[in-house]
Amino acid sequence: MSSETKQILTTDGIPLEVSLKKAEKKNKIKAFLLVAPLLLFLIITYVFPIGEMFSRSIDDKMITNMLPKTFKEMEKWDGQELPPEEVFTAFYYDFKVLVEKQEHGKLGQRLNKEKNGFNSITKKLFRQVKRKKIDESISIKEQIMKVHKRWRTVEYWQAIKRTAPPYTMSKYLKGMDMYYAADGSIAQVDEDRRIHRILWLRTLEIAFFVTLFCFLMGYPIAHLLATLPMKYSNLLMICVLLPFWTSLLVRTASWMILLQQQGVVNDFFVMIGLVADDNRPEMMYNKVGTYVAMTQILLPFMVLPLYSVMKTISPSLMRAGKSLGGTPFVAFWKVYFPLTIPGIGAGCLLVFILAIGYYITPALVGGASGTLISNQIAFHMKQTLDWSFASAMGLMLLSGVLVIYWIYNKLVGVDNIKLG
Amino acid sequence: MALPSYTETRYRIWHYIYITICTFVFFFLIAPLFVIFPLSFNAEEFLVFSEGMKNLDPDAFSLRWYKDMIYGTKNPWGLAAKNSFIIAIFATIGSIILGTLAALGLSSRHMPYKGIIMATLISPMIVPLIISGVAIFFFMAKVGLAATHAGIVLAHIILGTPFVVITVTATLSGFDHSVTRAAASLGSNPVNTFMKVTLPLILPGVISGGLFAFVTSFDEVVVVLFLAGLENTTIPIQMWTGLREQLSPTILAVATCLIILSTLILISAELLRRRSERLRGINR
Repeated sequence: MSSETKQILTTDGIPLEVSLKKAEKKNKIKAFLLVAPLLLFLIITYVFPIGEMFSRSIDDKMITNMLPKTFKEMEKWDGQELPPEEVFTAFYYDFKVLVEKQEHGKLGQRLNKEKNGFNSITKKLFRQVKRKKIDESISIKEQIMKVHKRWRTVEYWQAIKRTAPPYTMSKYLKGMDMYYAADGSIAQVDEDRRIHRILWLRTLEIAFFVTLFCFLMGYPIAHLLATLPMKYSNLLMICVLLPFWTSLLVRTASWMILLQQQGVVNDFFVMIGLVADDNRPEMMYNKVGTYVAMTQILLPFMVLPLYSVMKTISPSLMRAGKSLGGTPFVAFWKVYFPLTIPGIGAGCLLVFILAIGYYITPALVGGASGTLISNQIAFHMKQTLDWSFASAMGLMLLSGVLVIYWIYNKLVGVDNIKLG
Repeated sequence: MALPSYTETRYRIWHYIYITICTFVFFFLIAPLFVIFPLSFNAEEFLVFSEGMKNLDPDAFSLRWYKDMIYGTKNPWGLAAKNSFIIAIFATIGSIILGTLAALGLSSRHMPYKGIIMATLISPMIVPLIISGVAIFFFMAKVGLAATHAGIVLAHIILGTPFVVITVTATLSGFDHSVTRAAASLGSNPVNTFMKVTLPLILPGVISGGLFAFVTSFDEVVVVLFLAGLENTTIPIQMWTGLREQLSPTILAVATCLIILSTLILISAELLRRRSERLRGINR
């Protein structure tokens, strides 16, 4: 009797539990197969390449592959005094191979980055090797040391030894204005050359203030839009949505026209007598331009999440607060404002994430004092071609953004992002 | 918003301050777009309002820059517009197909690891464009698609799909799944059910996601700057070079056209949103 109640069978005679599980599994696979094309596409074209940026940013294999014998011999060397004969011999044979492949120049450049002065002494050594001046039957150490006095200096051999590992964190240190000193410890660059730290701080500062300005301007109008009757608010909503749909470059262009020295804003200032006609302030190509343009461009991203939260707050709550004796201010502060905090969080995080990675607008209206970390990444990608450094900086920025994204996901949930 | 007659004076003042602030912010949002219209009809070569324009002298206005945009010698706008439209259309189609399929899967309550997969699919929207640009450039260079239309289309599919996923998932959240079961019980196969039942119901969401994908592709400049060769120039690239180098009023003529285009897109997006809300039974 008891076994009969436990086992409910389907018409095919399979226990219901098993059959349900099977159906469930089938549904799971079906759902997953629908997502699979996009997921696979993104993993191949997007997630993997970002991972590749990481391996590129720490990659230092070039030199490891150039001097295989030398580094093998160097393992036995303690690095205190000049290396023994075997290291010199191994280095000579490695170098000879490079000369045959005409890659000695690359070696010189790479070593020069590690320690200044390598470029010239590798060239000197190259000439000796090319003319077959080095006699392989006698001590190679003595002959190399004669080529230039730097080959007799232990610091230069220590520098070579430091390049042995196939991976390096030096690009990340460079991004924070630090470097590996001669003894392998981490040192700070001179105070007047710390350009990257200034850029990081400026990026954070601009992102923070743009978020603040967007909040201060977005909150009142989101409130107005949410409380006005539909027929008015729909019309005003266009003021928010039209900039949202308009090309970023068009909006940046309009700010360039407005803010230039002979532009409309300056004309207006002169007209109301705020500034003299011959003393028009520079409002573009500096931080002011970046702040103004970025605030206007990112404002819709603040207003839309705030609006969607405020729309759900019943107006009777405020009325109840007032009827219980609160002044309008108290009612607003104690009742309305706390209810809008989810919207504030969503809007601020979204604007901050977008602002921290901004590129186009700062590049056009920012000038030198308004550029951000993104501009530096683009500069290294396009001008200096130091792709591993650009990758390192990009990943440092990305890790910051991902932390904020994670918080956003916890607080708001990515599936709650609303568009328009 | 009329105030009740019993409002105290100080709250009355506060109310007017509030209205003033809001007016100012709305002005700040919308006014910059309107400075472009009159200047694009400027008869002169400078990007400032001439004396003639301030006095509304008809001679100060002309269609010179629009003519230059269309007929100008060795001007790049024709090629750029052609490329932009081709790339945006293909990127939109790709985004719609991949994004809608993924959204259908994600809306199923049987979907495993929903959170992490959703976060991955949305990530191209969140990751700073410059990083996406670098990563996509590395990939396209490796597979030999850099400086090709196909490479740019693929890149824009990556950037466009999050919008389709979000809008279609939102549409599906109010979707009554019993209608697909009803179709199945009446003997329809899944493909037929999708085409005849599901798709017509979620179509507003699909189209509005597609509009987002189209605009994203049409307006995208950072990734294209890495990927495009001379042959693949697009409108945003031309605007970017123009704004950096020779700031000619032709750009404003192009910008005016773009604003008209975005107004059209805004209107269609709004109509779609209302239709979709009506279909989902949300009354506001």
